[in-house]
Amino acid sequence: MNYPLSEEERIIQKTARDFATKDLAPVAEAANKEGTFPDEVYTKLGELGFMGITVPEEYGGVGLNNFSLVLVLEEISRVCASTAVTMSVHNSLTNWAIKTYGSEDLKKRYLPRLATAEILGAYALTEPSAGSDVSSVRMSAVKKGNEYILNGTKIFISTGNKAGAVIVFARTNPDDRKHGLSAFVVEPDFPGFSVGKIEKKMGLKASTTVELVFEDCRVPEENLLGEEGAGMKIALAGLDGGRIGIAAQSVGIAQAAMDEAVKFSRERIQFNKRIIDFQSTRWKIADMATAIEAARLLIYRVAKLRDEGQPCSKEASMAKLFASRTANRTAYDALQIHGGVGYTEEFLIERLYRDARVTEIYEGTSEIQRLVISKRVIEEYEKSMPE
Amino acid sequence: MKIITLLKRVPDTEARILINQEGTGIREDGLKYVINPYDEYAIEEGLKVREKVGGDSKVTVVTMGPEEATELIRTALAMGADDAVHIVDPLLENAGPFTSAAVLAKVIEEEGFDIIFCGKQAIDDDMAQVQTILAEMLDIPQVNVATEFELSDDGKKAVLSRRIEGGDEKYETALPAIISCEKGLNEPRYASLPGIMKAKKKEIRKKTLADLGFETKPQGGRAEIVRWLPLPKSGECKIVEAEELQDAVKELVRLLREESKVL
Repeated sequence: MNYPLSEEERIIQKTARDFATKDLAPVAEAANKEGTFPDEVYTKLGELGFMGITVPEEYGGVGLNNFSLVLVLEEISRVCASTAVTMSVHNSLTNWAIKTYGSEDLKKRYLPRLATAEILGAYALTEPSAGSDVSSVRMSAVKKGNEYILNGTKIFISTGNKAGAVIVFARTNPDDRKHGLSAFVVEPDFPGFSVGKIEKKMGLKASTTVELVFEDCRVPEENLLGEEGAGMKIALAGLDGGRIGIAAQSVGIAQAAMDEAVKFSRERIQFNKRIIDFQSTRWKIADMATAIEAARLLIYRVAKLRDEGQPCSKEASMAKLFASRTANRTAYDALQIHGGVGYTEEFLIERLYRDARVTEIYEGTSEIQRLVISKRVIEEYEKSMPE
Repeated sequence: MKIITLLKRVPDTEARILINQEGTGIREDGLKYVINPYDEYAIEEGLKVREKVGGDSKVTVVTMGPEEATELIRTALAMGADDAVHIVDPLLENAGPFTSAAVLAKVIEEEGFDIIFCGKQAIDDDMAQVQTILAEMLDIPQVNVATEFELSDDGKKAVLSRRIEGGDEKYETALPAIISCEKGLNEPRYASLPGIMKAKKKEIRKKTLADLGFETKPQGGRAEIVRWLPLPKSGECKIVEAEELQDAVKELVRLLREESKVL
């Protein structure tokens, strides 16, 4: 598709597609089957500039925008959604947070290494009692001399056991729910940091999701991100980027599922007919293609809005909600078209079906997205009402 | 060292090619185009030579093709080539090998060159003639279908290999020379994101036939494409059935002799 991509964007997309099909696919196949983390892939992604897409050139990145990032994420997701989520957290959350809120010192110390994938990034917000409800974060950070002492547990942290820089949210003031939260850049070798339980997930098996335990973890004061108390602001601002990233991942999964369905149904013969020649199959494919195209355009639009610095929370939630729904519906129908073999590990659709499921859960459940969207719609309506 | 690499825009290797109704060419609607895959080896080898020699060495991409080829030239620049010449002229549509070589030779002479890399053939018409005609026109040696290339330390000659049935042929050639590249010569790099950003500022010099001093399309090829024909449809498969295997064999032999006339 040419519109609305520029020449430069088409070349970016092609590099991502070629890398995904030639270099990533064979690694992804094995890593997903065995549940291993393909470290070597990230070195290559770093060389291509994919791990520092939005990091400014002066900090070793490429200096591109969110639009380029979603193009790349979609292509990578078509082949390996696990790699895409690791990349999305790294680019849209870790790099973004340090770039946007970090001091000059933090930017210089971390961004060049993140942009080349010398280290990977993670983002630790979720706790057993705080998921979508950010204000319930309990983990504490107490200032002592020129250090902060962190205590608490984070769960479901993507790349948590592989990262060299983890953005950690902790409470510097237990009494102030709104302004008592702060964010820190934590390295795994800071004393008191440890990796707890490693989750065994239904899908995304080539990514890791872990518990992080902080026991009197000592973080130098210069690793505070932004000011003390800015945590809530950072966490909320990060939602949009994270959601756009997962929306792009979703559309990649959906596209891959549809491609598999078309490929399979052209070959499978029943009652002396290719099953693609049955109307029931054709209609499924038409609905898949239409939803994928619509999801993609929602993502393109919100990425552009974000690049222009415009408010885009509603649009980010819409893109995430619709794209993740599309990923799940498409994977479901594509598996249905496969029939029995689609339920076996022999066929890619089995992995896509499992990988799709989480897109409606993480980075805000579909229910949370609907909450955000409806709230905005009502606000807009009320604003437009005459006094 | 001045390195020239030739790049041709060709239909994607996986595209389904259909002949147009008039039989004058292929149907271009909806077709995806790529850099001729063998030209990617040429670009990569050019970049490797530049990296080895260093100094003010330069890789210039030369392309003859329609306006739309710009995107592919830009991709080559994003891989790392330094600049490009793009010859665009409506008169050059469906140009044969002689015409192409004559135009390319003019550009290459204007640009100056120490070595020329190109693909062993373009995967669209598979002629594999341009490099040979070009070598004649420029009066330089050529080595075709190279699978190994090594520049001497003084940069004045090169040692090459070409894979043949059952072995390798080793060559040594003086430079300047034209080398056509085969799969296996190297692993072409990707257009990285930093490369894509840098490529935006690199120059693509557009030239028409008139700019190159041609009053009309250079002619001189003695062969001409008269018509393009689609492949004949493959016949229906016939299954010979009989109660006894012997009878089936007899019937098959009869059909092969009388109907297909292959026996």
